[in-house]
Amino acid sequence: MTAPATVTKGHGREASRRRGPERRRRLTENVTAYGFLCAALVVFALFAWYPVVRNVILSFQEVNFVRGSSWVGLENFAHVLDDPLFGTAWRNSALFTLYALVLGFAVPFLTAVLINEFRHARAYFRILVYLPVMLPPVVVALMWRWFYLPEGGLINEVLGSVNLPTSQWLNSADTSLISLVIVSTWANMGTATLIHLAALQTIPGDLYEAAELDGASIWRRVWHVTIPQTRFVILMLLLLQIVATMQVFTEPFVMTGGGPQDSTVTVMLLIYRYAFVYNNFGAASAMSLLLLAVLAVFSAAYLRVTRGRQS
Amino acid sequence: MSSSAYRHVRRCVATVAVLAVGLTACSSDDGGGEGGDGRIRLDINGMPPNTDALELAVFNEEVEAFEAAHPDIDIVPHEGFMEPETFNTRIAGGELEDVFYVYFTDPARIIEQGYAADVTDFMDAHPEFEEIRPELHQVFQDEEGRQFGIPTANYSMGLLYNRDLFGEAGLDPDAPPTTWEEVREASDAIAGLGGGTVGYGECTIENTGGWHLTASIYSKGGQVAERDGEAWRAAFDSPETVELLENLQAMRWEDDSMGSEQLRTCEDLMIQMGAGQLGMYLAAPDNIPMIVRQYEGTYENLGLAPVPDGQGTLIGGEGYMINANASDEQIEAAMTWLQWRFVNADEIERRVLNTLEDDLPVGLPMPPTPDIWVDGATRDGVEALKAEHANVPVGNVQPFMDAATRIEGHIEPPRAQEVYAILDNVVQGVLTEEGADIRALLDEAETAVNRMYETA
Repeated sequence: MTAPATVTKGHGREASRRRGPERRRRLTENVTAYGFLCAALVVFALFAWYPVVRNVILSFQEVNFVRGSSWVGLENFAHVLDDPLFGTAWRNSALFTLYALVLGFAVPFLTAVLINEFRHARAYFRILVYLPVMLPPVVVALMWRWFYLPEGGLINEVLGSVNLPTSQWLNSADTSLISLVIVSTWANMGTATLIHLAALQTIPGDLYEAAELDGASIWRRVWHVTIPQTRFVILMLLLLQIVATMQVFTEPFVMTGGGPQDSTVTVMLLIYRYAFVYNNFGAASAMSLLLLAVLAVFSAAYLRVTRGRQS
Repeated sequence: MSSSAYRHVRRCVATVAVLAVGLTACSSDDGGGEGGDGRIRLDINGMPPNTDALELAVFNEEVEAFEAAHPDIDIVPHEGFMEPETFNTRIAGGELEDVFYVYFTDPARIIEQGYAADVTDFMDAHPEFEEIRPELHQVFQDEEGRQFGIPTANYSMGLLYNRDLFGEAGLDPDAPPTTWEEVREASDAIAGLGGGTVGYGECTIENTGGWHLTASIYSKGGQVAERDGEAWRAAFDSPETVELLENLQAMRWEDDSMGSEQLRTCEDLMIQMGAGQLGMYLAAPDNIPMIVRQYEGTYENLGLAPVPDGQGTLIGGEGYMINANASDEQIEAAMTWLQWRFVNADEIERRVLNTLEDDLPVGLPMPPTPDIWVDGATRDGVEALKAEHANVPVGNVQPFMDAATRIEGHIEPPRAQEVYAILDNVVQGVLTEEGADIRALLDEAETAVNRMYETA
């Protein structure tokens, strides 16, 4: 009974003797790849992971860059939770996300369906829809500020010329947030439209033919063929959009500064104010951590969805 | 050399190169203290950008002249002024200059956070600093009266107005409004010109609404915050403030003389003023050359009157502070530079003449003749130089200058930016919501400001 063990041991030593040079050979062959990997890891560690860790540390400190920071426990969290703007900022961000899902989700999907129906000039429409994505966000925001001017602004001029009621747009607390959603949707729908379009083009044409033979209307074809066939892409974009829109910053920062009457103060804008207007980096970090926790839930859902798909 | 050996050497060289680059990037530049030539190195900011060639040339001439007069000091200038977005990160990274520019809104916070050096003990070596008005020094002092910087320019708020529009509206450009009621009347008359002309404008976002409201409250003799024992409390919820906001509300909604776009920055107002589309707004004198140089206004068309009602005005301005990490030698050198550059009666005439040569404005209460001096020989001398060499129509700002010493200047409330952010809401509420409840807006703002002071 010992022989096989000896044999096994012998085989093991033999195998490890063989594995040694093999390992070295592989290492030599792949050293460049490992080098690139290390560089990527260092970059990620420095510019992605370290800031996250640092943010966590700062959120428990009273930050001072000269005297040195001191630990304050949960005081920063108490400070932000006690801020009357805390609830306002979260409500505005949530509302922005909700409106952006209704508008910014339906519009690209329907646009993609529409473009997909075209027999000709599909590429031309794809470029047309994608053009706004190529504009710098600040340029978009400044341009729309002018569009939204209550007097002399493009939108009210157009509405007025066809006898439709005009609006105060950014100048009213009732319409300011939805005005920003429109800008954000216009500026960002190109990417989502192209992804939807790509998904639509993978749907086998015979499904539509079968539906047509069954007498299904366009709406029923969309509901019973298009949506089920693209549900993975829809779900993925939905989660990505939630994560992105909850972090809305550029539009309120450039177009309204959070006004009028805090109606467009978002979580990110509040974090910016804590850090760069009030110089309270502890509070800014605490608020960032809360946002991170909320977004982590959606990110986890996204990972679960994409992993499920891969498996 | 075999190919594998060549690859090996190449990898080694690449690794060494990467390490060298990394080490170079990580190594810190010894930015302060004594340089290799034995001179005291002083990193300063406030250098104009390359795009402003004229101002940059003037600045460089000043640095050269100073170094010639002080061969033991090496001035190393850096572009830029106060940028709140990068200020803290530059401190954290050890990149903040030894001498750095600040607005009057900044020193209180910087002193509280310990980012500036205490220069009290270095003041005695420069008696010239005593010629600066004490209320300006106060901006750079802590509660115990210790000094943390030097004020170099002062701008109190006044009423900037478009003289042409006044004339077109049948108003006398030489008799600008002196009360808020008169502002309302003039605004109505100017808006009556039509064509999108706005009578009176207010900036309302990025804390500028609160800043301007504070100036207006001071003009009515009110206060924004007051001491309550050791702490501070809001003091703006008063009948005067209500009256002020009711006047604003009437201009916006009853007279419709303020236009409909209300989410504006002060720069938006300057653009409108330069374009001849705005009648009046609250501003400091430094807005005049900015409107002329950047927004195509003219000195002839711009007038500056004292702040309406004139029972007080908000003091604004600029100055320099010294990095808390600076050595004593650097602080001494910094004080020498600041005194020579900004508080130097002997150099004013040369600077005035240089400014004239460069076709820059002389005669306004700003550099090269800033309004920082106490009453006395220096102030009289500066006023005489201004009168003698003025190249802009100083009569247009004379009402403001005449009232400057009469109207009491008030500094900003503690934690000014946070107060202004809260007061932004009040101004925005009045100007964007028809029939806004002014008392409710003020109550809400007062609660928020008191809460902010309590948690300080």
